[in-house]
Amino acid sequence: MRTSPVLQKTPPGELYLSIQNLWKAFGSFLALKDISLEINEGEFVCFLGPSGCGKTTLLRAIAGLDLQTKGTVMQDGMDVSNLPPSERDFGIVFQSYALFPNLTIEKNIAFGLENSGRTKSEIAVRVNELLHLVGLPDQGKKYPAQLSGGQQQRIALARAIASKPGLLLLDEPLSALDAKVRVHLRHEIKELQRKLGVTTVMVTHDQEEALAMADRIVVMNHGVIEQVGSPTEIYREPANLFVADFIGEMNQIQSQVTKGGRLSVGEKTFACLGHQFNDGTPVVAAIRPEDVIPHEAGYLDTGGNRNCIEVTLVEMEFLGSFWRCRLSNERFGSSELIADFSINAVRRLELEEGRTMVIELPENRLMAFDVPETEA
Amino acid sequence: MSTISSNTGTLPPGPDIKPKLSRDDLLMRGSMMVIVLYLIVTLALPLYTMLSKSFSTYRVELSQYEFQVSDEVGNFDGTVLTGDALNQQTEVFTDTDLVTGSDGRLPVTGLFPDFSFRSPVMYQIRNTSDTGRFLVGSTLQDGTDWIELDSNTFRRVQLRPVQSRGLDNFVNYFSTPALFNSIKNSLWISVVSTIVTVTLAFWFAYALNRSCMRFKGVFRLIAMAPILVPSLLPGIALVYLFGNQGMIKELLFGASIYGPIGIVIGSVFFTFPHAFLIISTALAISDARLYEAAASLRSTPWRTFWTVTVPGARYGLISAAFVVFNLVITDFGLPKVIGGQFNVLAVDIYKQVIGQQNFEMGAVVSVVLVIPAILAFAIDRMVQSKQVALLSARSVPYQAAPNPKADRLFLIYCSLIGLFIVGLLAVCQFAALIKFWPYDLSLSLRNYQFDKMDGGGWGSYFNSIRLALLTAVIGTTVVFFGAYLVEKSQGFRTGRSIFQMFAMLPMAIPGMVLGLSYIFFFNNPSNPLNGIYGTMAILVICTVTHFYTVSHLTAVTALKQMDREFESVSASLKQPTMKLFARVTVPVCLPAVLDISIYLFVNAMTTVSAVVFLYSPKTTLASIAVLNMDDAGDIAPAAAMGMMIFYTNAAARIIHLIASKGILKRTQAWRSR
Repeated sequence: MRTSPVLQKTPPGELYLSIQNLWKAFGSFLALKDISLEINEGEFVCFLGPSGCGKTTLLRAIAGLDLQTKGTVMQDGMDVSNLPPSERDFGIVFQSYALFPNLTIEKNIAFGLENSGRTKSEIAVRVNELLHLVGLPDQGKKYPAQLSGGQQQRIALARAIASKPGLLLLDEPLSALDAKVRVHLRHEIKELQRKLGVTTVMVTHDQEEALAMADRIVVMNHGVIEQVGSPTEIYREPANLFVADFIGEMNQIQSQVTKGGRLSVGEKTFACLGHQFNDGTPVVAAIRPEDVIPHEAGYLDTGGNRNCIEVTLVEMEFLGSFWRCRLSNERFGSSELIADFSINAVRRLELEEGRTMVIELPENRLMAFDVPETEA
Repeated sequence: MSTISSNTGTLPPGPDIKPKLSRDDLLMRGSMMVIVLYLIVTLALPLYTMLSKSFSTYRVELSQYEFQVSDEVGNFDGTVLTGDALNQQTEVFTDTDLVTGSDGRLPVTGLFPDFSFRSPVMYQIRNTSDTGRFLVGSTLQDGTDWIELDSNTFRRVQLRPVQSRGLDNFVNYFSTPALFNSIKNSLWISVVSTIVTVTLAFWFAYALNRSCMRFKGVFRLIAMAPILVPSLLPGIALVYLFGNQGMIKELLFGASIYGPIGIVIGSVFFTFPHAFLIISTALAISDARLYEAAASLRSTPWRTFWTVTVPGARYGLISAAFVVFNLVITDFGLPKVIGGQFNVLAVDIYKQVIGQQNFEMGAVVSVVLVIPAILAFAIDRMVQSKQVALLSARSVPYQAAPNPKADRLFLIYCSLIGLFIVGLLAVCQFAALIKFWPYDLSLSLRNYQFDKMDGGGWGSYFNSIRLALLTAVIGTTVVFFGAYLVEKSQGFRTGRSIFQMFAMLPMAIPGMVLGLSYIFFFNNPSNPLNGIYGTMAILVICTVTHFYTVSHLTAVTALKQMDREFESVSASLKQPTMKLFARVTVPVCLPAVLDISIYLFVNAMTTVSAVVFLYSPKTTLASIAVLNMDDAGDIAPAAAMGMMIFYTNAAARIIHLIASKGILKRTQAWRSR
């Protein structure tokens, strides 16, 4: 079977996995609270969240490894809610690889192909094909311990997809690897997933990984889904302060909604599009560091109604491709604003520590969120 | 932008999801039930039977019988006499005569002082209650109708006791000084042996771990040798050395080796390897950084020893102490051989059961013996559970620096200990090879003609090997498979924790107690398993159960090192769990499997305590033969047989070593990078 890679940009519309009102209780602790989610065929979905948010619990419930307390899981139109893992259709890859240490790479991959009506030579052909697919054609006779971590993870992947499951589950597959290998391998996994078109769910706590690989990201916290969306949606339009804060950098300023939906910070008010708060509501104003636009000092005079403000450049940190700058203004009180300026901008505006400058907070990039309840 | 509205409150009502069990789940649960059932039948039920036996008392109730006596021509005048009244007139039977065992029989004619079996007088007898029983000849009569008998038949009437439950046996035990003195004796020798063994073993282990002494490998080997012999072998050696005709009995300055002195010396010998192993492990894992810190703070070596070394090894020391205590207090072979008139609990059980056929009292002594054994075991488990994480991954192993003076001292010390161990074994070998100590010192193999002695001859030696092999094979299979089920099956929490509890129990049960329980349980004719009594099967079952705990813990430790996700992966690949078990789990755990099998083999060869109650003329064992030949005065053949066990075990160990090296080389190639 040597199909040409079918590159599909958009997720196909067919519904494949449907999770309805899922609950999981460990004693009195609720690890999953009323989770509902739909995943389309061929989609690559990432469960993203801090540790303990329930993402692995959700994955294990989908696999049937740890059954949910309540709720249903439908896979490919069939109710699999109470089925044991062996009666579901999925392949799984764990953080620890879980390769059988005493079996060769070939035998590891062939493990799931046995007892399935395939002849020995068919199995050998398929194993060879998979070894080529994951780019390790000559390693079949070796034992897992003789391979590097990245190679072992590829073998684990080959083993998981060997019998062409309808669903591929990845439980923090890259967490045990070095940073460089991780970046390389995540690209390869994504490529492979596109090529095979297999519906894939990956659990990760690494936002960069999720943003780079997923068609859709499911952000979770404390057992609930905070937001579901494409990487750009999640990043550009976070649904709440948790998502905004968890993914990427985000400046947060205590603020209040005033007349006309403007946000007031100290005596200054800023225009902000796309929020539905009533006047007088206390909110958190937020903006990403890279959305802050730098201007030379005095720029303020020329603009009429723009979100410009004069600040002092307190500190500059060189981070290679850009400068991270700490900006202060007495109106912000003690909190400082973080802004990322391109090297060009810094050169053009001749920015340096201690200088006064003007920044603009674009009204379509400025966001407003509910003030979070203080956690106990 | 999509927002998800979530009900973050409480779990909705309605039934929880009930998992559909896969065939594997059912298989695993079924197998676990089978092994739990095995442990219940071979452990829990026998122990329960024994416990209930200790509370059973048997007493002949004379008030339950009525008699009529005729005149010289056989006419009854209707006078009815109760047994109680008769006994009050004649005062033949005292209260102690009436208290008896389950097999007790009381001849009825004692109640009639002028009874003669030739007289023409006729007798009538009946029970007054449904529970009354008496024998006429061998026919049991339990009805309440009058039975008329002539004198000649009446002489064959025996009254049978009535069973009741109560503390009478215990009251009886504690009011018999000859019996309860054993508690004091047992505790005394156990405490003394523990202190001596742990002290000696500590310095031995210290020398091997913390000095640059030479010949460490040889000493390590010597220290482990006593594990290969039955505990009664040092007793035989001590008899040769210090007995009435001992080679160097003058060294005792008139004191007798038969008694506490002999038991303590012998106990030190056979418990030494156990204490050494535990303490050695504790000393091996200490952190060099602590010593560097102590040195940089200018602590004296003495102070460092007390503030760093001893606290670091304290769990090991405590654990060793309780293990040794437990071994000594439950040991039967050694005090049997060299205890003389000095009674200890384990031997009391044997004497009560085998000597006096008083099973109830044997059960009482067993209960008394189980208490300190369980206490010692429980404390040891508690201590061991605290010992985790004493050593972090960042610890630096301690490297001893050469110190010529200290190293020489340690070498002398270890040589003395080595001499003690090798010496006792050599004495046995020497005794086995000479014709007749101390009169004819010429060498001969006469003492190896076991077939001419008591104890079952060479047959018992081969029985022992058969027992050891069967125990190793069956035991390893049951234990490892059981441990796998407990460790790797999903859900089913209650079943698993019950299993864990049962698996730990055998360690706390002394062998004598287990053996006696087996008599009570399996020798009961109404038990469907009665058929295995007196066969090799019961010996194998008993030995596997007796040594279950250590084997189980070894298996669990090995299984815990396996990736938790293997089972998940295998299930996702739709492969049966048993395929994973056979293809991956067993091969990876092979070193542990081999360790368990040699442990079971060696212990089956040397064990005396549990099997001493269970062997039959067809299934005599080598270790029992040592005991019986010694009992019969054939001490030299006993020593010869003891040494045969030693050589067999040593050979088994060597074969095990070679075999495991060979197998590991082939099957564990994956371990090398």
